[in-house]
Amino acid sequence: MAQLTYREAVAAGIAQEMERDETVAFIGEDVARAGGVFKATVGLFDKFGPKRVIDTPISEQAILGAAMGAAMTGMRPIAEIMFSDFLAVCWDFVANEMSKSRYMSDGQLKCPLVVRTGNGGGSRFGAQHSQSIENWAMAIPGIKVVAPSTPADVKGLLAASVRDEDPVIFFEHKSLYAIKGEVPEGEHVDTLGTAKVVRPGKDATIVALALMVPRAIQAADKLMTDHGIDVEVVDIRTLVPLDMKTISSSVAKTGRLFTVEENPRLCGWGAEIVSIVVDELFWDLDGPAVRITTPHIPLPAADNLEDITIPSVDRIYSKILDVLR
Amino acid sequence: MAKKKTLKNDDIDEKKRLELYNSQYLIRVAEQRAYDLFLENLVKGTSHLSLGQEAIAAGFATAMQENDKSFCTYRGHAHTLARGASVVGVLGELMQRDCGLMRGKGGSMHLTDTSKGVMGSYAIIGAHLPMAVGSAWRAQYMGHDDVATVFFGDGTTNIGAFHEALNYAVVYKLPVVFVCENNNYMEYTPIESITAVKNPAADRASAYGLDSIIIDGNDADEVYRTAQVAYSKARSGEGPSLIECKTYRQSGHSRADPGAYRPDGELDHWKKNNDPITRYRSRLIEFGVKQKIIDGIEENVKRVVDEATEEAKSSPVPPEEILTTNVYANGGWAWRN
Ligand SMILES: Cc1ncc(C[n+]2csc(CCOP(=O)(O)OP(=O)(O)O)c2C)c(N)n1
Ligand SMILES: [Mg+2]
Repeated sequence: MAQLTYREAVAAGIAQEMERDETVAFIGEDVARAGGVFKATVGLFDKFGPKRVIDTPISEQAILGAAMGAAMTGMRPIAEIMFSDFLAVCWDFVANEMSKSRYMSDGQLKCPLVVRTGNGGGSRFGAQHSQSIENWAMAIPGIKVVAPSTPADVKGLLAASVRDEDPVIFFEHKSLYAIKGEVPEGEHVDTLGTAKVVRPGKDATIVALALMVPRAIQAADKLMTDHGIDVEVVDIRTLVPLDMKTISSSVAKTGRLFTVEENPRLCGWGAEIVSIVVDELFWDLDGPAVRITTPHIPLPAADNLEDITIPSVDRIYSKILDVLR
Repeated sequence: MAKKKTLKNDDIDEKKRLELYNSQYLIRVAEQRAYDLFLENLVKGTSHLSLGQEAIAAGFATAMQENDKSFCTYRGHAHTLARGASVVGVLGELMQRDCGLMRGKGGSMHLTDTSKGVMGSYAIIGAHLPMAVGSAWRAQYMGHDDVATVFFGDGTTNIGAFHEALNYAVVYKLPVVFVCENNNYMEYTPIESITAVKNPAADRASAYGLDSIIIDGNDADEVYRTAQVAYSKARSGEGPSLIECKTYRQSGHSRADPGAYRPDGELDHWKKNNDPITRYRSRLIEFGVKQKIIDGIEENVKRVVDEATEEAKSSPVPPEEILTTNVYANGGWAWRN
């Protein structure tokens, strides 16, 4: 095992796949010589050179369109959209093109590509550089949606995304880039569509994603220490495909479900999970399923305001305590 | 001592020149202060300074009339200040205090002061070019005489919105002025390495039937004169202009950037030989402006910025109740009953 930061795991995952497969190449703004604005791709340019690690103009439509064209004709490109908010300027390629070409061509076309993007809040960047938009992506049939919470998952799921035959939107959380964790040495490939129980418990289930996972774990630890409430935390890891088996077996065991989402309230991914659970496990529930989300507002820049907007350890803790009492 | 030969005032009179200097100097001192406040950890989030690019903001704003509209990027402190927005409001917003122009809800990248014609600062590259076109359309439609000016960088010329906005503005002959501040870099990447033409804005002008205009963006007089021509063209119904201003950003791209990608000596060269403030100060002297007057302007600006800094520092953080205000037009955020 090696200790890597989340951002180093990104570079390690890309490097692993580029070494293995000549058709993997990486494009994006300021990603090559500068190593990315989040320094998540440092070293790749030196290692693989300008043919395979490419600085592009500020042309997001061209970036995704080119990645798609290359993918359709035999490459496995990785494209970076610096902040996930910017996906809105090239959303046509996500919503109408890469997600639908296989279907519309009845399987003649394929788009094995990965769009990596910096997602999420906590950096005081304000409303256009802080959003969590994994739920936008989840709403589109035809693409896969990944959002890891640990360095090991970054490397393993990124490798799995590159090897996947479908287009994958890979959400890296900006507030997690600095965290460190154990990453297996040597080749590491994980499996898309698998959630993980990251803290076992018996009294309630929290389903969380990305930055909300470490917060959910901390809240669960505190509930145990303060009140002896034993909460299980499930890290979803990939929203599409969604591992309902792991979620359902946890909820069947605990009888209570909480989702912790960084998305604004309406149509967050938690709504989908709650609806599936109500549909399929209604009689296993011992009480209401509860969503803990960002309120339905744009994100404020000021730190004190941002901190009360995105679910915090305290908010998760108090909400669960309130509901369970 | 022999009397020093001075130049006569030309088309720009002394009063205007002092205005231009005051504006540039205010931006310089306020931006330096923003940097110092960042080092004191009082500027949260990010911030993008216009150090070295002051002459462009000053030149255009000085040529504007009061009802003209400015559309800025995240690198918009300069343009906001140049329109006369309060220094406390700008520094306060950078510090995310209650006294900020937007009470800390927008942050440094989104400075807005509609009372001064600053119709916002936008952080998604390209977005505000079509918006400026829309403002110009409204002016034409409603018979107003204001012109929209949109400021953007060299890197922005490679996004589709730039091209769509130009074509649209020309087709309808709209009163909008497109100002490209070519500071040589798109973030950390040299602009020439990712652009098909040498002059990223001017070399594209002909594709839209526009004149190719390249000016020295570090010469406030040249900027001011060019702006006047563009505004009178726009106001007389002759349509848009695209102006490429050559300049250089003396600070990092944003607060986190030490500028490691710059070739050795490049920054020093620009600071020493082509700094807009130094150049303009010498010009004032060349035109016979007394040192005392220049000193007076500088002292006054420093005092204004010092006072604003203290006021912003003592302003509280925004109150929590504004978190959910102004999501919808009724002032609130309710989405269900
Ligand atoms: C659509 C979009 N893509 C990428 C970015 C990230 N980004 C912010 S500033 C910038 C460089 C802009 O360069 P330029 O237009 O030359 O302006 P400058 O910063 O030099 O003033 C980039 C790529 C963004 N904000 N929006
Ligand atoms: Mg630039």
